Amino acid sequence: MSEGVVVVGASMGGLRLAESLRRFGYTGPVRIFGNEGHPPYNRPPLSKDLLSAAEIDFAEVAFPQRSATADVEWNLSAEAVTADLSNQHITISGGEQVSFEHLIIATGLRSKRLGFESFPGERHALRSFEDAKALRSKLGVGSKIVIVGSGFIACEVAATATKLGCEVHIVSPSKSPMDRALGEKLSAVVKLRLEAQGITFHMQATVIELIGSNRLEAVALSDGSTVRCDSLVEAIGSEANCEWLAGNDLDITDGLLCDGSLRAVRASGGSWPNVFGVGDVARFPNPIFDATPRRIEHWNIPTESAKFVGQQIAASYNSIEATVEVFRPLPSFWSDQFDMHIFGLGMSYLADESKLVHGDISGDCVFEFTREGVLVGVVGIGHRSVVQNYRSALER
Amino acid sequence: MIKVNVDMNKCQHYGQCVFEAPNIFKLNEDDKLEYVATADDSELGNIEAAIDVCPMQAIFIVD
Repeated sequence: MSEGVVVVGASMGGLRLAESLRRFGYTGPVRIFGNEGHPPYNRPPLSKDLLSAAEIDFAEVAFPQRSATADVEWNLSAEAVTADLSNQHITISGGEQVSFEHLIIATGLRSKRLGFESFPGERHALRSFEDAKALRSKLGVGSKIVIVGSGFIACEVAATATKLGCEVHIVSPSKSPMDRALGEKLSAVVKLRLEAQGITFHMQATVIELIGSNRLEAVALSDGSTVRCDSLVEAIGSEANCEWLAGNDLDITDGLLCDGSLRAVRASGGSWPNVFGVGDVARFPNPIFDATPRRIEHWNIPTESAKFVGQQIAASYNSIEATVEVFRPLPSFWSDQFDMHIFGLGMSYLADESKLVHGDISGDCVFEFTREGVLVGVVGIGHRSVVQNYRSALER
Repeated sequence: MIKVNVDMNKCQHYGQCVFEAPNIFKLNEDDKLEYVATADDSELGNIEAAIDVCPMQAIFIVD
């Protein structure tokens, strides 16, 4: 009796995996389990368009589903709590045991949170549709918002909240916003552009105390200052949802360690032949860059990894060779903040040097990023065609 | 034939679709997206791939 493919994670990665299995000719059962109550939806608008909409409508972000995957079994609000890879089954919250021939781990990330215990009501993170709904209700003309963190999500929320009339403060231990991806020179200029739009930065600082009696009134910072606020947004990064895999001879120290074909690596050596990581929970080596396994939190990774894994599995059922043996995706990312359309390819954060190659740094421009003289990334503000044209040079 | 529609209110002209379906989509010299609205059935796989990689989810096949 075939138990087919079981996918844990009912978000974009799970959906694309199901589509890929069908496209490459796998006709057996596909069962998907996810802890959220919603079917798969697109997360990027959560910090942008959706967060500024007058009415938040789930239909705006729901992924359309295709007829090819109509027979896929979706189990929502069904969290996987343990896995037994040797005996090929997982256990769902509530106790149900589900057997598999192939297991796909696509459980994604959750927001990291600050350590403070108090003031739960005014503290927000932004990862899910429900998070966006809760935060939207706090954004309005005159609201004072403190955002902790200065990565892409932090800056996108800051831009959206500013446009809605909020007074926005960013607090971050970094030197300048998005500096990991943009590099030191470009992020310093981007900071000036965001300040000109009205955002106040408290850089190289952390929140040391939340102040207020019944409700949050202010935050105290490590630089000695106090910032009054109505709401706190914690945008300090993400961590992988892989604790449920403990006890299975895996490396889950920072996401699920996978080999070059995205199969889960056994801590004792070799890989599980029938267990794969998909999306931003997977930590894998990318031969475009080097042999170091990394998690990549960019939007294109769930789709590309799901396509790759779906093809591997479908090929194994049909006893044919998959056309591609090693996963080597080119990361791409983008961010829209006010009049800035940031778009990047590759891994600029690996670079030891960056150089302006197009445009003017105070306006639309393109930077090349190199490591030991080898191109590893390109980031532009505007000039999307110029950035896109680097694709083949980066893919090598 | 396949009818393609791009919601130009959503489209941010990132051009991800251009690499999946180069016969259908292109960025013009002003970095704006242009596309052909009717395509041969043989383009279905490419167009579906373009739909998948569109960050704004702005591309649709019209029935």
